[in-house]
Order: sequence, then C-alpha cells, then structure tokens
Amino acid sequence: MSDASLDAPVLSADGKPLKQSLNQALRKQKIRALILIAPLLVFVMVSFVAPIGSMLMRSVQNTAGVDYIPDLMPNVVASIKDWDPRSGETPPEEVYRGMAIDLAAAFENRSHTQLGRRFNYESPGFSSLFRSAGRPVSRWDLENDGPFKEKFLDLNDDWGNIEYWASIKANSGYYTTSYFLAAFDAERTSEGIRFKDPDQRIYQKLMLRTLGLSLLITFCTLALGYPVAWLLADLPVRTSNLLLILVLLPFWTSLLVRTSAWKILLQDQGVINNFWVWLGFAERLPLINNQTGVIIAMTHILLPFMILPLYSVMKTIPPSYLRAAKSLGASNWTAFWRVYFPQTTAGIGAGALLVFILAVGYFITPELVGGADGTFISNRIYFQFAVSGNWGLAAALGTLMLVVILVLYYIYDKLVGVDNVKLG
Amino acid sequence: MASRLPIYATTGQRIWFYTFRLICGLVFFYLIFPILIIIPLSFNAENFFTFTPEMLRLDPEGYSLKHYRDFMGANGDYSWIQALTNSLIIAPLATLLAVTLGTLAAIGLTQPHVPFRKQITALLISPMIVPLIITSAGMFFFYSRPFGFSDLGLQGTYAGVVLAHAALGIPFVIITVTATLSSFDNSLTRAAANMGANPVTTFFRVQMPLILPGVISGGLFAFITSFDEVVVVLLVGSAGQKTLPWQMFIGLREQISPTILAVATILVVISIALLTTVELLRRRSERMRGMTPG
Repeated sequence: MSDASLDAPVLSADGKPLKQSLNQALRKQKIRALILIAPLLVFVMVSFVAPIGSMLMRSVQNTAGVDYIPDLMPNVVASIKDWDPRSGETPPEEVYRGMAIDLAAAFENRSHTQLGRRFNYESPGFSSLFRSAGRPVSRWDLENDGPFKEKFLDLNDDWGNIEYWASIKANSGYYTTSYFLAAFDAERTSEGIRFKDPDQRIYQKLMLRTLGLSLLITFCTLALGYPVAWLLADLPVRTSNLLLILVLLPFWTSLLVRTSAWKILLQDQGVINNFWVWLGFAERLPLINNQTGVIIAMTHILLPFMILPLYSVMKTIPPSYLRAAKSLGASNWTAFWRVYFPQTTAGIGAGALLVFILAVGYFITPELVGGADGTFISNRIYFQFAVSGNWGLAAALGTLMLVVILVLYYIYDKLVGVDNVKLG
Repeated sequence: MASRLPIYATTGQRIWFYTFRLICGLVFFYLIFPILIIIPLSFNAENFFTFTPEMLRLDPEGYSLKHYRDFMGANGDYSWIQALTNSLIIAPLATLLAVTLGTLAAIGLTQPHVPFRKQITALLISPMIVPLIITSAGMFFFYSRPFGFSDLGLQGTYAGVVLAHAALGIPFVIITVTATLSSFDNSLTRAAANMGANPVTTFFRVQMPLILPGVISGGLFAFITSFDEVVVVLLVGSAGQKTLPWQMFIGLREQISPTILAVATILVVISIALLTTVELLRRRSERMRGMTPG
C-alpha cells in the first residue's frame, strides 16, 4: 500500500472507507457463524451443562429430600448457634424446645424420616432416633409441656449425646461440606476434621484402584495396540484396510454385547475354562468377578481407541527412515528405538490419554464383570445414587471425578486438539 | 518392520518377522474372537453358555433357534420385544435432533471467522469425554429439581431420555461433519450464490449433497450411541422406557438368560451393517473429494 493511503482512506464501492466496510463484512460473517451454532449451543447448555451444574450444586446443598435443612428445622438452627459443642455440655433447653417444635411440624409433613436419613449420613443412629421420636413428640403440648430436655432424654438417651448435637450444628446451613469430607474419607468430630481410620477409608482406596487399574489397562492397550498399528501402517493399503475391519468391528459393536460376550466366555463353566480343562489342566481359572476379568474385558473394549490414533500417526512415517537408519549401521533395536519410536510418541500420547480418560469413567463393564474387588469409583457413585439414595455423596464423588476428567481433557486438548479427534 | 521379507534376510530377521506376525495375529484374534464366538453359541439348543458335545460334533440336534424364538416372545415373555420397540422409538428421535442441530453447528464452526471456535468445539465434544455416570446423575438432578426449583417433569419420560441421548450423540455428529466440511470447497457455495441461488437453495442443492456422507456417518454414530446407551436410561428413564441395552444390563446383572446370546448376535449383525455403510460412505466421500479441486 502506498503512502497516499495514509492520508486519504481507500473507499469501497458504496463510498464507505474500505477498512470500515471490511470490518462490517467480518462482523456479519461472525454473526452468521454464531447464529448457526447458537441452537446447538443452547441445546447443549440446557441438556448437558445445566445438568452437570445441578450436580455440582447438589454436592454442597444441605437438603433432606427436596427441602433445605434450615427450612425444615428453623427453630433448632436459630437456637443452636449459641451453643458450643466444646463446652462439653448438652445444648440448652431452648434448642430442645426448638427440636420439639420442628420435629412435630416435620412429623405432620411426614418429613421427619427424611431428616433422620439426612443426619444418618453424618453419624449412624440418627435415622432411628428421628423416626422413633416423631410420633411421641407430635403428642406433646408444645406450649406447656416443658422442659423438653428431660422429655427427650426420657425418649432416648442418645438425645443427650453431644456428638449428635455437634453434627446437627455443623450441618445447619443451606450449604455443607460434609459430602466432600465423606468423599475424602474424612469426618468432622468435636475436635475438628480428621481422616477416618485407615481400614475405613473406602473412597480413597476406590479412587486409587480406579486410577491404578485404568493405568494398567492403558498400558495393556498400548502393549497390544502398538505392534498391530505398526503392522497396519506397514502393510499395503488393500491388506491393511481388510485387517482394519477387525479393529473397527469391535469398535462398532455394542458395549453391552462385548461385555456380555466376556461375561459368558470368562465364566467358570464358560468356553475359555472348558478349553483350559480340555487341555488337561485340573483347576478352573477364576477369571470373572475379579480384577482379572475387568482388565481382560476393558483392554479388549478400549483397544480400538489406542490402535486408531497410533495407526493414523504411523501411517505418516516414511518407511525409508528405518531403512536409512539400518543402512547407516543401526541395529534393528537402535533403528526402532532411536528413529521410529520417537516419531510415534504423538500417537501414543493421544491414544493413551483417550483410553485413560474413558477407562476412569467406566461403569458398565466393572459392574458386570468386576465383582467386589474390580469395581470402579463410578460403580460406587451409582450405588450411592440408586441404592443408598445418598445423592449428596454421589454428587460430591461425581464432582471429584469430573475435576480429574476435565484436567485430562485439557491436557488432551493441548496435546492433540479436540478438533483432531477422528472416528474410524 | 518391513511388510515383506527380503530374500537376503538372516535367520534372526526371519524369526523376528514371523514372531511379530504371530503377535499381531494373536491380538487380532483377541479383538474379534469374543464377538464372533457368541454367534454360534446363540444357536445352542440347550440353556448353556458353552458348546455342548452335540454342537462340537456338528450334530444338527445340538443347534436350534430356541433363543431367537424366546427373544420374539415365544415363551410368553414379550419384554425383549417391548425393549426393542422402545429403543427404536428413542434412538431415531435422538439421532434426528442431534443431526439437525449438529450439522448446522458444524457448518457454523467451519466458517472462516468464528469467535471462540476452540472453546465452543471443546464444549460441544465434552459429552463424549465426561463419564456417563456423571452426565446421567446430573440429568437426574436437573430433570427432577434443577437447582432446587420446581420439577421439570422430564424425569422418567421419553422426552427426557431422548434429550439426554441427543446430547450424547452430538459430539459424533460434530466430529464427522466438520471432518467432511474441512475438505468442502467453499467456492461452490459462492458460485451458487453468484448464479442467483438463495442461501437455503444453496444449502440444500449444493452443500448438503456433498457433505451428506459425513452427515449420515455422524447420524449412524449418534444412532448407535443412543441404541447402545444404558446408564442414562437406568438413571433418568423409568420402567416405561426400558430399552434393549437396559434389558441386557439387568439380565446380565441378575439372572443371566441365554436369550442374551440371540440379542447379542442380532446386535453384532446390526453393527456389521452399520460399519459397512459407514465404510462405503467414507469411500464415496473420498471419491467426491477427489473431484473437487484443492
């Protein structure tokens, strides 16, 4: 552009300065692109992001059933504030009176059992304490029947247990951290927060097991997938396309079909064990309902996710490099390790991260072939969610898992780029 | 690793060459064996999950279509057919939703100037990455009481399951359609516009036919995602929305019935058909790409 353009702006056909009109066109293009994306973005926000948001909320909301604790127990919450559990004394009469009023109201709505269940997550025993107190308390004359402390203690000695009251006080807000504490195997005692005894730390154990098994499965898929991807990249296209079907068919086959196939094959009376016995071995192998079963089945299911990225990277490596290395005097091993392998690390990173991310969240396969010691954190989340009904804890565990997954996803995006994901 | 063994190869190289092939052969066997083995097993005349002596002797007596008849409801139990019907209601609807919204968005994403393209793509792909148990639990909370407000009324309904499945299918549509669009020659749409076609005509007459293979592949992925999904149905659905995978999952977890072998075989046949379709579409799309310059 010449110097003259600095003084007199170049005009477009309609007389506007060119810069302005280009900007306008650019803005129009951007808006058009966003309009095309907008419907899906809104849809994903509503059907995916918002649900995840409500799970995050649920992990800290202090509710019993659908109502917040302070709404269900307004009198207790108001009066327990001034009581200090460290004083070593039971709460004052006012708190007991509040409990009588709130319990009577809760009994009316049949929500006293839900309250009991909520506090039962903190210390076992609450459930029966609340359930048994509901009916008698509803018969009390709340105006004249005081003092209520003695009446409660007559019902059950546990109403004098300071730990119980401390736990009510600690969970009297609209929000609570107790689910996250439980997810880390910690608990709040009158002396503060501490970890549970090592033999009771189930979630730490489960998380470590989930990560450990996922790592092992990732390693297995790499060990099995690397030679196969190499062979596929090395064969003539016609042959490799044919062999690729053997990789793609499992990829397309229903996860449940593959899991049920393994469940059927690995049984004590299944095909593999029958073959084993036919070979002359006396003992049947314990292949199912343990970690072995999970590793065999999940390695099989996730193997295509390792082979495909490896294959697509290896396909771009010219075979002449290896030949050049060998003709320069490298041994087979040196040529592979110093020349070929470094070029495949991008594929290894992509495949390994993808397999690891998918493995950490697996639910169906560990549930069906894992038995007691092969379950993952997902199975525990499902258990808390569907069987125990402890939604807060399920949400807290889910949040922790989500954080791990998002960190891995971020690394994957940096390393591979999410727009580089290929299918088949 | 050379694909062919040169004539001057040493004994060591020969041994390594065949060992390598053997290893690869074993891995291929591991990949395909569990899927293929259930096909003959499903014709078992007995209620066993292994080959009976009759089957091994290839005695026709050992084989039957018993499990397929049970699947069809011959034993008076129509739950499998009911589940299949539910799957065939939910999956196409979810696919339609995912493909429509996904294709539009993919076209938007491949425009030359898109603000926050990377972030938006990452967000749209994330349903594929986030574990299903988290997504489903979130959907359960959201459908029943989002953020503590009133009930959305989606819990335990077809609409709820369809919406959830559509969200899960979207990443696949985005990935396949953007891949097809990246090789789409944009001068074709400009040429069409130049000759007086309005944007809608251009889209349906010029762009759509060219990207159709990608759209169909994406649709098939979305379909199979919904058709194979169990965790969402387990948590968000109710007894009314029992799908085929749900029925299989429950069957496998509790009393495993040999009918599952027949169902699995049918599903394997369906996946072979889908895989073939996708492969043919991919070849067609590659051929068409060869036609367009650039």
